Amino acid sequence: MYKILAKRNVAPNIYLMDVEAARVAKAAYPGQFVIVKMDEKGERIPLTICDIDKVRGTITIVFQTMGYSTTKMAEYEAGDCFMDFVGPLGQPSEFVHEDIEELKKKKIIFVAGGVGAAPVYPQVKWLHEHGIDADVIVGCKSKEYLLLEDEMKAVSRNLFVATDDGSYGYKGFVTDLLKEKVEVDKMGYDLVIAIGPMIMMKFVAKYTKEQGINTIVSLNPIMVDGTGMCGACRVTVGGQVKFACVDGPEFDGHLVNFDEAMRRQTLYKTEEGQKILRKEEGDTHHHGGCGCGGDK
Amino acid sequence: MDRMKKTPVKEQDPKVRATNFDEVCLGYTVEEAMQEASRCLNCKNPLCVTQCPVSIDIPGFIKCAKEGDFAQAAKVIARTSALPAVCGRVCPQEVQCEGKCILGIKGEPVAIGKLERFVADWSRENNIDLAETMPKNGKKVAVIGSGPAGLTCAGDLAKLGYDVTIFEALHEPGGVLVYGIPEFRLPKDKVVKTEIENVKKLGVKIETNVIIGKTVTIDELMEDEKFDAVFVGSGAGLPKFMGIPGENLNGVFSANEFLTRNNLMKAFKDEYDTPIKPGKKVAVVGGGNVAMDAARTALRLGAQVYIVYRRSEEELPARVEEVHHAKEEGIIFNLLTNPVEILGDEKGWVKGMKCVKMELGEPDESGRRRPVEIPGSEFVIDVDTVIMSLGTSPNPLISSTTCGLETNRRKCLIADEETGLTTKDKVYAGGDAVTGAATVILAMGAGKKAAKAIDEYLSK
Repeated sequence: MYKILAKRNVAPNIYLMDVEAARVAKAAYPGQFVIVKMDEKGERIPLTICDIDKVRGTITIVFQTMGYSTTKMAEYEAGDCFMDFVGPLGQPSEFVHEDIEELKKKKIIFVAGGVGAAPVYPQVKWLHEHGIDADVIVGCKSKEYLLLEDEMKAVSRNLFVATDDGSYGYKGFVTDLLKEKVEVDKMGYDLVIAIGPMIMMKFVAKYTKEQGINTIVSLNPIMVDGTGMCGACRVTVGGQVKFACVDGPEFDGHLVNFDEAMRRQTLYKTEEGQKILRKEEGDTHHHGGCGCGGDK
Repeated sequence: MDRMKKTPVKEQDPKVRATNFDEVCLGYTVEEAMQEASRCLNCKNPLCVTQCPVSIDIPGFIKCAKEGDFAQAAKVIARTSALPAVCGRVCPQEVQCEGKCILGIKGEPVAIGKLERFVADWSRENNIDLAETMPKNGKKVAVIGSGPAGLTCAGDLAKLGYDVTIFEALHEPGGVLVYGIPEFRLPKDKVVKTEIENVKKLGVKIETNVIIGKTVTIDELMEDEKFDAVFVGSGAGLPKFMGIPGENLNGVFSANEFLTRNNLMKAFKDEYDTPIKPGKKVAVVGGGNVAMDAARTALRLGAQVYIVYRRSEEELPARVEEVHHAKEEGIIFNLLTNPVEILGDEKGWVKGMKCVKMELGEPDESGRRRPVEIPGSEFVIDVDTVIMSLGTSPNPLISSTTCGLETNRRKCLIADEETGLTTKDKVYAGGDAVTGAATVILAMGAGKKAAKAIDEYLSK
């Protein structure tokens, strides 16, 4: 069992938890993820790592309630335990293996959308601890949805915030703000690392490709085991099929087939919807809809 | 009774079982088991034993069963096998022990598998204590993977007094017995869990959620956690795909994903949160036991199911019994058929599979006749789901993170056939991780040999 040591509601429907998992914390690097299974009957839910405390032996996770399982997860409190917590999964961010002196010469900007701020944070922090200060753009719906502002400020060179409604920082999408930094402010970035909703990463990558700026994205497809066994997470990168769980989750954003990746993310939407309905309305949706085939 | 015929075993009616996940075979009663046991000639030079990868004293346990002493029969089996209730159900006895039974020359061989199953089930139901171990010797062995190879190796070493810890990547121990083989062939709670509990009773510890190569490496286990030797029984978990157009459409799954969702994650049970898409018309591509398992699972979830296999019935790698059961349940076999493209609708979901007819040509390197395309024979099968069951290969997570552990070009670990010793000192391996996808019993045989070699090495 893996104990939740702390829980914070960091934004509407977004929760942060410190979970005791000594083996995972010891081995984890930025860019990797974990899989959480709440109880015996639960799903295996892949979640990005938001922070690693090797001394305390904890991993910090951040999640947004989106479907049946994440809503159930939000009901867990500090002191409760998850039955299973496994990781670290996937490859660490590429820069972890790079020469620090070479890395220092690069101008790096992170672009985070929504809860994407969570996996961006440990990467910026790692760079900061190695003497490299990167810029960060965080985009969200409005001010109340902004995550980890103080934490991010402490480890980045510049933190730029964009809100859809203009309630804080720049009014507009992260792609517009990135454009401004690149074209108006002439920041001269060599590397963009974009993590957020698939559609955001698609448009960031489209723009940076035009600009010729190297771009890394982190994908979050459907997966079961997270070790290469099921192949549910297969994505096409540069015309080749990759398993995001073991080959990724980070890939060259200019090579990812985002349209396919977005389509594959919807695979179990109907099943999950039915699960929520069943929970809310009781056992009335038992046999997969009315048989008209509209449930596909 | 006809001495030349096997005592028939009761099975669930095909029409009924096609709609449930309960076990197909119901097993012998005490009387039936004793009757079947009495058919054994108790050969002086038993050929059956030579065909068993774990060398069970087959005439020995059958003799006890004939006399009705099932407790003793269970003890005879337990001397060499940790998983009899599993083996009695999933071993290919027809090509192993039963294949060499003298009775089989003129009639039907003794139903050794069904007797083994009966004895194991009886001993479980009657709580027979089979845990006999030697005093602890203070030496630590790590076993990676809790499938048939790992459980066998761990069990044998624990009996010899070793302090054994199994590391399992998934949240539940059992490996392929839990994620791969379906409930209707191998009940999880009743059979698999109990046999794992029996291994634990020998003193074996099992740590789940530890992915060797990610959570901790083999080198760290030996250096930091002071294990004296390591056995790698990590199986062959990576699914293969065909590489044909349309394979990433929504509705194309690996058999591994489909079976894992249903078996390990219990998608067929409503109270579990696991989603699964059984589809209405399903094509399962492949002809092995896993393909039969995937097909029969999809059928039970309500689909109409086709097996699509490029060779003929004779070459089907699946056990005859599995093919027979699948046909009885209504699976349609499209043999000598090979997919060339999966077709999608405008939203990217599977709407059909384009196939080509095949004929058999000259034998290939496997000795089987090579399937050759018949030009102009393309046709489309109307399906909304495709399950690829083309075999699996070992996961490179361990070999790629362990210094000095070498693999061959099929990504299998290189290990000595007799001892299981790999290219790395103190590291042994066996099962599918070494051979590529094979059977439960061969993996158990390899686990057994490695346990013996590890004991010899550590007792030096």
